[in-house]
Formats: sequence, C-alpha cells, structure tokens
Amino acid sequence: MSKVGSSRAEPQEDALGDWETVIGLEIHAQLATRSKIFSGSATAYGAPPNTQANLVDLGYPGVLPVLNGAAVRMAVKFGLAIGAEIAERSIFARKNYFYPDLPKGYQISQYELPIVARGALDILLDDGTVKRIGITRAHLEEDAGKSLHEGLAGFTGIDLNRAGTPLIEIVSEPDMRSAKEAVAYMKKVHTLVRYLDICDGNMQEGSFRCDANVSVRRRGEHRFGTRAEIKNLNSFRFLEKAIQYEAARQIDVLESGGRVVQETRLYDPDRGETRSMRTKEEANDYRYFPDPDLLPLVLSQEFIEEVRRSLPELPDQKAARFVSQYGLSAYDAGVLTASRELAAYYEEVAGLVPGDAKLAANWVMGELAAALNRDGLDITASRLTAAQLAGLLARIRDATISGKLAKDVFEAMWSSGRDADAVIEEKGLKQITDSAAIERVIDEVMAKNPAQLADYRSGKEKLFGFFVGQVMKATQGKANPAQVNELLKKKLAAP
Amino acid sequence: MTAVHARTLVELAASLRAKELSSVELTRLLLARIEAAQPTLNAFISVTAERALAQAAEADRALGSGRAGPLTGLPIIHKDIFCTDGVRTSCGSRMLDNFVAPYSATVVAKLEAAGMVMLGKANMDEFAMGSSNETSWYGPVRNPWDTRLVPGGSSGGSAAAVAARLGPVATATDTGGSIRQPAALCGVTGIKPTYGRVSRYGMIAFASSLDQGGVIAVSAADAALVLRAMAGFDPRDSTSVDRPVPDYVAALEHPQVAGLTIGLLEEFFDKGLDPENAQRVQEALAIYERLGAKIRKVSLPNIRLSVPAYYVVAPAECSSNLARYDGVRFGYRCEKPRDLSDLYCRSRGEGFGAEVKRRIMTGTYVLSAGYYDAYYLKAQKVRQLIAGDFERAFKEVDVIMGPTTPTPAFELGAKTADPVTMYLNDIYTIGANLAGLPALSIPCGFAGGLPVGLQIIGPHFAEERLLAAAHAYQRETDWHRRIPQGYE
Repeated sequence: MSKVGSSRAEPQEDALGDWETVIGLEIHAQLATRSKIFSGSATAYGAPPNTQANLVDLGYPGVLPVLNGAAVRMAVKFGLAIGAEIAERSIFARKNYFYPDLPKGYQISQYELPIVARGALDILLDDGTVKRIGITRAHLEEDAGKSLHEGLAGFTGIDLNRAGTPLIEIVSEPDMRSAKEAVAYMKKVHTLVRYLDICDGNMQEGSFRCDANVSVRRRGEHRFGTRAEIKNLNSFRFLEKAIQYEAARQIDVLESGGRVVQETRLYDPDRGETRSMRTKEEANDYRYFPDPDLLPLVLSQEFIEEVRRSLPELPDQKAARFVSQYGLSAYDAGVLTASRELAAYYEEVAGLVPGDAKLAANWVMGELAAALNRDGLDITASRLTAAQLAGLLARIRDATISGKLAKDVFEAMWSSGRDADAVIEEKGLKQITDSAAIERVIDEVMAKNPAQLADYRSGKEKLFGFFVGQVMKATQGKANPAQVNELLKKKLAAP
Repeated sequence: MTAVHARTLVELAASLRAKELSSVELTRLLLARIEAAQPTLNAFISVTAERALAQAAEADRALGSGRAGPLTGLPIIHKDIFCTDGVRTSCGSRMLDNFVAPYSATVVAKLEAAGMVMLGKANMDEFAMGSSNETSWYGPVRNPWDTRLVPGGSSGGSAAAVAARLGPVATATDTGGSIRQPAALCGVTGIKPTYGRVSRYGMIAFASSLDQGGVIAVSAADAALVLRAMAGFDPRDSTSVDRPVPDYVAALEHPQVAGLTIGLLEEFFDKGLDPENAQRVQEALAIYERLGAKIRKVSLPNIRLSVPAYYVVAPAECSSNLARYDGVRFGYRCEKPRDLSDLYCRSRGEGFGAEVKRRIMTGTYVLSAGYYDAYYLKAQKVRQLIAGDFERAFKEVDVIMGPTTPTPAFELGAKTADPVTMYLNDIYTIGANLAGLPALSIPCGFAGGLPVGLQIIGPHFAEERLLAAAHAYQRETDWHRRIPQGYE
C-alpha cells in the first residue's frame, strides 16, 4: 500500500494490537431489469447522456411512478437466497434532499418496512472456519443520475440515464472484524447476485458497489466505537485498502487522545486514503415519509413460493455438492463455485474425465485460471472450451504426454485455440513409451560417455541424474520418465 | 329558446347533434365571451383559440359524418394544473410561467379523444394552494356575482368561467375543497370523485394522497356526462383504482330520492356557519324530504380535527412534491446564480409565492427528525379516525348533506392577512378529502344575493348516488340555471 503524507506505520491486518475493527457494509446492487424501477426507460449502460431518461425520470410536473414488477421479483429472489423474511407488505418512502442529479428532489426508497429483512450469508475464513454475517435488510430503491464535471469548462453536466435504475441495497449487521472478512462477504454477495441473475456484477460500471461503516474498539470492549461511513467503494481492492486505512486512522486518533467523529468519508484510490466528506452535523435530514404516489407493495405467499421454486442451485449448495460429488476440498469447491459459469465449466471438464475430478480441478484452478488471469479474460471468454481442456487431460491420463509436457501443450493450445491431439501431433510431443526405443537411446548415451559410465560404475552414483538428463535431451523430453529411470538403472548396473 | 351560452352541456350536445349549431360557431361564440370577460374576471391564464377552432372544425367533420361521440364538439376549459401538450401549463405559478407541457394529462387526453374542444386554461391559486384564487401569479379571479368578491379556490377560474357561461364545463381539482368551495361561491355544480376514480397522471401534484380531479359544470347531469369520460383506471397512476366506471348518465334517468336516507351532519351546523347559509341548506333538505327522503342526524366526532390534520398532511406532501422545482431542468431559473445553493434558493425564492412557501416550510418542519411523530404521524392517525367516523356514519345513512362553506363569497383581501381564517373556509370540505370520499356541491339558493352551496358526501365510489341526488334536486329547482347579472 502506497502511503502519502503520513508517518503512520503501514497498517497490517491482524497487527492492530489491542484494537479490533468493526465493519458493516451497505451494498448497492443494480438490478438487471430491462427498464427502470418506476418508468419504462431502458437501463442499458453507456448510452449518450440523457437519452435514456423519459419524463418520469426527469421528474416533470405531473408524472407519476409505476413500480416495475421485475425488480420486485429480483429482490424477492435475493431475500429467499439469504434465508430472509420476505415482507408481505412493504412501503416505498421518499428520501428528500436537493441535488442536481436527483430530479424529483427526493429518492424513492424503502425505509420503515423493507421488502427483505433478517437474512444471513456464510463466509469462509482463511483458517477454514465458517463465519455467519447477518443481513439486517435489503430494500428496493431508485438510483440517482450522475454529475459530470469533465470537459465542461465552468459547468457541471447532468446525465440522468442512471436516474431511476433499480437498486437493491443490502445492509449487513456490523459483523465483520477485518478488511479481509469484509472483502469475503462482499465477494459472497457478488457471487450470489450473479448466480441469481439479478445483477451483472459489473463493478467498473457501478452496478455493484458498497459503503463501508467502519469503527474500532479495544479488544474485549462490547460497545461499538464511533463509526465513519466510507462511500461508494467499487472494487474489492479499494474496499480492503479503505478499511485498512480507516481503521489505522481511527486508532491513531484514539491513541493520540482524540475522538473519532461520526462522518461520511470518501476513499481516494490514488492517494490510498479516506477523506472527510461531511460530518453528522452537516448531514441531511432526509424527512422520510411514505410515498403517497405508490400503494403499499403487497406480495402473496403464492407469489413468494413461486419465486422460491424458480431459484437456481445456490453457491453454497453447489460447493457442498462439489465436495461430496467430486471429492474436492471445501476451499477448492469454494473457488470453483465463485461464479456459475466457472462452476459449469468445471463440471463439464470433470464429466469428460470420469474419475479424475481432482485432476480437472487442479487444471481449472491452475493453468486455466492463470492463463485467464494473464489475459484478463472471464471464464466465459476462455480461449479453450471445457471439451478441449478435457481432451488434454485425457492425454495425460493415457500417458500420451507427461504432466510436464502437458503444460507446454496447454500453452500451445491456448495461443492457437487448437485441440490437444493436433498440438501433440504437430510438435511431435507424443511420449516415447516403447522400451526398446528408450533402450536404444540409453545405449547411445552410454557409448558417448564412457568416462562418466566408468565413474558411475565405480560408485559415483550421483551421476545417475546426468544420464537421465542426457536421455531426456536426446528424446527432446518425450521419453516416459518412469521408464527411463527404470531402464537406466538396469543398464547402468549391468557391466 | 335559451341563448346558446346559457344552455347546459346536455342541451348543447343536443344542439350540435341536431345541426342547429356547429362546434365552430359555439367555439367562436364562447371565445368572444371569454375575451370580453377576461379583463373583469381574469378567469383564464391561457386562451387557446386557434387550437380550439381547429378542434371544433375537426369535431364538426366528425359530427357531419356520424362518427361523433356524446362529447364531440363540446367545449371545455381545463384548470391550468392539468398538463396540456404544447400549451403552457403554469399551475398558477411564476415557477411554471415558461413551462410548455410536453405531454397531456390522462384526463386531458381522454376528453380530447372524446372530441371535446379545449377553450383555454383556467386561472387557479398557485399550485392549487388557496381558497380565494388570490395566490395566483396571474392575479386574482373575480366572482361574476360581484367582482369585489373572490370566486373561491383553488379552482376559482374554472368556477367563475362556468358561472359566467364562458364555457359550459371545466375540469378542476380538489385537495381540500378546491372544486366544491369555488363551485358553491360561484353558484355552479362541482364534483370531487372518490380518490383514485380519476387519474392523477399529468395533474400537477400538490398533495398526492388528497388531490383528485373532477368537474365543475352547470348541472349534475352535465357533470355526469364529462365525468363518465374522464374517470377510470390508468396504468400510469398507481393510486387509480381498477374498477369499472358506471354509466353516470344512465344513473340520472330515474333518480330515486324516495327512501334515500340523508344524514344531517350536526358538526357542520356550528357557530361558524352563516345563519342564512344554514337556512338555505335546511330549505334544500326540506325539498329532499318532500321527495321522499328520510333525514336523520349523524355525528362525526373527529371531524373538528380535519383542518389541523389537513394542514399537516397536505403541506408535508407539498414540501416534497414541489422539490422538483429547483431551476435545473424546467421552470423558473433566477438570473446569474453564483453557485448551486444560490440557484436553488433564488429560483425557489423568486419562483414561488408566499402561500406556497409557507406550506413548503410547514411541510418541511412537520417531516423533520424529531417532529415527524408529533405532527405527520399523528395527523395520519387523525385521518384514520375521520375515515372511521365516515365509515360508521355510512352504515346508517346513504349520503351526508350539509353546507359546502360557512359563508358566501367574501371580499378580495378580506382573509389574506390571516392564513388560519382562510384555511377555515375549507372546514366542511376537507373531511371528504382526508377520507378519500366523493362529494359534490350544488347551488341551493342565495344569501344576500350570493350563491350558497349544498354539499353532498357519499361513501367510496358512490358518485352515481351523489349525482342522482343532485339531479333530482335540480329537476325541482332552478338555482343552477341562474346566471350572474351581465352574463345572461
């Protein structure tokens, strides 16, 4: 972590000494509806400014909101997936404040009676234990527009394309105790909303972001410290860095006899620090009250049950199945179920190499993940299909190639997009398993190196490796290593 | 034969169908009357003559080819609170003086589709906040019965225009009495339907949970004809009710008053009620009795709390509804704002009038942290109590009758100094808004030469019953046909 203008020690996780960090997150996930939450405008990202804003989004005189049923369904899906209570009656409220990108002067949200309440998600900690993070509530609301400051000398531009985009705000309990836990929780929610197909999870575009409430207290203390709210964190890395910085900052304040002020702060990723935005005293009084333009949202048990039946296999269920069905470790199962697409890819590979599920897991999490990562690709954009990867694994299984050579074959496949067999054929990488052929090579090597042979036979057994190397070199690495070892031992020993 | 301008809408419809009169002729005649009356009454904010004549010509073609509906070619005036595509929609405010609506309200679109001809946009209290039409940015409307007096508000322009026969019918809105009170003060018929009966889409919001569009007309039969076309579920208004619209016109064919149980509201005959007004109302009830209705006293114990509850709920909603007028996207913007805060403060400070600002501030206060429970929440509870009172009363009576206003029309400026005195003008009308009930006001005579209104309140969706009761009375009386001097 780069540090600017501060003499504090580098904040280290689990190196907070006597102090404990307490974190709660408010995650905003943009719901993947085609139209906005209260109007018929499209929600696609990246359209020219103000081309996806109709009179309702612009807050024109006389217009009224009409709730999008698809957004309701998505919120219910989320609630059911976290084992929460789905409110049979919830209320939309107005949150009143003035801002140029808030056309009506209020945001329609839910306040006293949210659609989802009292759920939880489990996260896997580094030490292998599972921790349950409580989710206080999740409510539906509309997003605001955007203020544009660049390229408009002396002016601020307003783009209302995003105004009215449906969001679900997921509020956790202050259950997390480190930046790592917060990241694990946010990732878990990220995985879940994508499994449920209710959010595209695109953090760069702001479809998935969070505010972090951070406070510190002495270990053993039961009361919470005064918290700061860090707004608008749109990457896991920023979340981690912001919490680490903020915790260290608060400890610093307290240790030097100061008081932490309840305030809203912004994380500056360039400087790696949080900055005060406004204090509690400056905070808006939002004057929430039920929106008289919208009736209470009433959901029937039939509807809720119908949504429940439509739920896909959830990440935790899938991971548990991977452990039992494929014999994977909990960690591996967790990694492979991080996205529905990755899990599907893995399952396809594993299905094509029966009995070698662990080998398939190693390759998907190893070479494949590394290659994807290197090229900045998502699993859905993998250069190799699951069938192609399975084809490579089949050649390892039938000993056509060695594990070591397989990595070279993989690279060649990755760059060319060709199948394993074609690459092996073309490069002549097929493993030599013919004992007679290997013996011929050994004979040649022994003939070419009489001095080393004599030394070996006189007791310098360390030279064994030399002979292995020579044989492999002569076969361009294609000789089956086990056979080489076995035959060499025999030949070298026999005078 | 009755002069054209003095005919009711029903009579005009017959004239058009009989080809005794064309829609263009009718429109020209009324436009001329509007022009002549405007300097005195100031009932209009905009007159849309060109558009009206084009619509009338189109209507005449439809009438000629037999494609005409019951409203084709009939003129209407829209309160300037309804958005009208391509026409300035000011809501009586400087804030929207430059606002040309880019769309039409559902009510406007429905009546246009039915072939009605829009004559213009009626003057009104600013954002419908007022009971005398004195808060309009476009100056007060004057009462055609006596131009020293107010016409009532907020739909003062609509009521004055119909009273002076500048048009046979007008749309209006009622949040706390804004249809019934001016109808009473101008001697015309006005109906506020059940909350949710008429779409609010495109009707500029004052207090969303109370606002309801309705009609001001010469007679109950005329009101029924227009209400039938404007009522109904609108998918663009989540608070509109998905329930079939009865044929209000057919309901008037055989109005049954015999056997009707009329509740006489004790609380309305209080010390604030002008004795002459009380007398006219008693006389009207006597006519109903003669027609076979039974009168019995009913009590709404919590109705006395309606004014204070209303002046918490309505300003609260208004403070939020009017936040969109910020000088950013439409409407008034101050000159040379220094920064964002200055833009907000001066645009709103200069764009809104005193009464609107008073209500925004009241509403902001009652919703503030620490006051919400004491004011807003308590007012909502009172609202429930009042609704409960009505519900109990309607188990015993079919309709409730009483005065629409405590007094006849008052002088301009008489009540502007003290907002509370002004607010008390709506003491008899606010209850129906708080409970979401339909209510109408019909002329029932004169007090000191000024019209007096009889208010009839019914249970939810009892518009047919109210219109039938009003129609039965209007068959027996001719108060509704009286036209102020100078406009006969």
